[in-house]
Amino acid sequence: MRIKRVAAVAAVAALSLAMTACGGDSGSESGSSGAKGIVGKAESQKKLVIGVKADQPGLGLQTGSQYEGFDVEIAKIIAKGLGVDAGNIEWKTTVSSNREPFIQQGTVDLVVATYTINDERKQKVNFAGPYYIAGQDLLVKADSTLAGPEGLDGKTVCSVTGSTPAKRIQSDYPKAHLQQFDSYSKCLPQLENGKVDAVTTDDIILAGYAAQSQYAGKFKVVGKPFSTEPYGIGLKKDDKAGCEKINEILKAAAADGSYKAAWDNTLGKSGKAAPELDTTKLTNCS
Amino acid sequence: MHVFADPTNFDAFLSGFLWILKLTGASAVFALLLGVLLAAMRVSPVPVLRGFGAAWVNIFRNTPLTLVVFFCYFGLFSTLGLSLAEDLDLNNYWLGVIGLSVYTAAFVCEAIRSGINTVPAGQAEAARAIGLTFAQTLRIVVLPQAARSVVAPLGSILIALCKNATIVGTIGLMESSNVMKDLINSNGDAVIPIFLVFAGTFAAFLIPTGYLFGWLANRLAVKR
Repeated sequence: MRIKRVAAVAAVAALSLAMTACGGDSGSESGSSGAKGIVGKAESQKKLVIGVKADQPGLGLQTGSQYEGFDVEIAKIIAKGLGVDAGNIEWKTTVSSNREPFIQQGTVDLVVATYTINDERKQKVNFAGPYYIAGQDLLVKADSTLAGPEGLDGKTVCSVTGSTPAKRIQSDYPKAHLQQFDSYSKCLPQLENGKVDAVTTDDIILAGYAAQSQYAGKFKVVGKPFSTEPYGIGLKKDDKAGCEKINEILKAAAADGSYKAAWDNTLGKSGKAAPELDTTKLTNCS
Repeated sequence: MHVFADPTNFDAFLSGFLWILKLTGASAVFALLLGVLLAAMRVSPVPVLRGFGAAWVNIFRNTPLTLVVFFCYFGLFSTLGLSLAEDLDLNNYWLGVIGLSVYTAAFVCEAIRSGINTVPAGQAEAARAIGLTFAQTLRIVVLPQAARSVVAPLGSILIALCKNATIVGTIGLMESSNVMKDLINSNGDAVIPIFLVFAGTFAAFLIPTGYLFGWLANRLAVKR
């Protein structure tokens, strides 16, 4: 018995030694080549695929093959911080409903697309940021008397299928009629026609639409936000290191003025002053 | 399968398919009536009616259904103000039915016209010879025989219509394809199971439909 036990202990010791040796090897390997995570990918391939919106003036708008807007500028700052040139970013158009699948399936490395951090999404993807804190609001005709979401009973409100604002209307204001389309840009003509009474999404997005030349002076943002929408940068659930790195980049951007410059070159043109990036609110990436 | 274990998701799934069935049912009736009328126009002796029928078929058969349904919302409802129901979903439903009906009627018309061509010319000539008018000839002699030879193609059109009904999702009706998109949105890790369940449900509806029409076609065919 005793001999057997000694042999067993020795065997276990030998095995565990071998295992730790292996583990150590593979550990240092994945550390250097970094097959996992965006930090490793940016390091080894020097390029990134970033998902942005294509139809949100001021935030993410595609004109020809170019993307422009605040989200796009933030994405460029992050890419630069990770060591990727703006020219090596492959932009990919995302809509509200395909952001989680794109991240989970690896279609994109990052999503910077007016992407609200919430608990439900946190179960599927990881969030860095927030880099901006918006609030859900209503866009109405300039002469409308609608003063806030309480006035929506029996009114028709337009939003995007499956988006957070649409779900909030359904759950919090069930007496409002909800018309859903696949993009906000389809809601705008309906508002102009009077077929919907309001368009709802985050105030910053609505401001971008209202400022478009073809709608200048026709609409107004009610200005009573009824939610808090911290905009985050989405990445793979298990990429804690990448998330922490992005938060560091955001901190640096707030300090060196590149965050303010990103705002001033895009949404700043609407006349709204650059917001202060509160770095104490950054996620803990877990 | 954990996605459908959640009762809210399961209810959404059921209501999505209920919308598809309602769209298919109503559109099938309207498309059949309209299609027969158009076929009658296309074989009628009046040039204006023939032209109208031909124009209808060529316009709607060659326009993508997405555009037709989209026009029903943005053109008929949004711009021209044709409102069909107070309730938003119901309004979109009827707009969808219009789009599906006018589109499908073009195909029904062509199927029936091909059926009319299978009726020997002598039948119509004999009918005229005993003094029946054009309408009577068509109603009593030609169409009944034509209908029996187009059961199988009409079955194919019905199957296509049922699948096409998912297009009404583009104007905001929460039919099956919109529900599927919504479920995938919140369950990105279960895309394939969700897809298979929705595709499988369609197959479960439509494969028996195909067999039923095949069987009917055999039973009703005019043996010549």
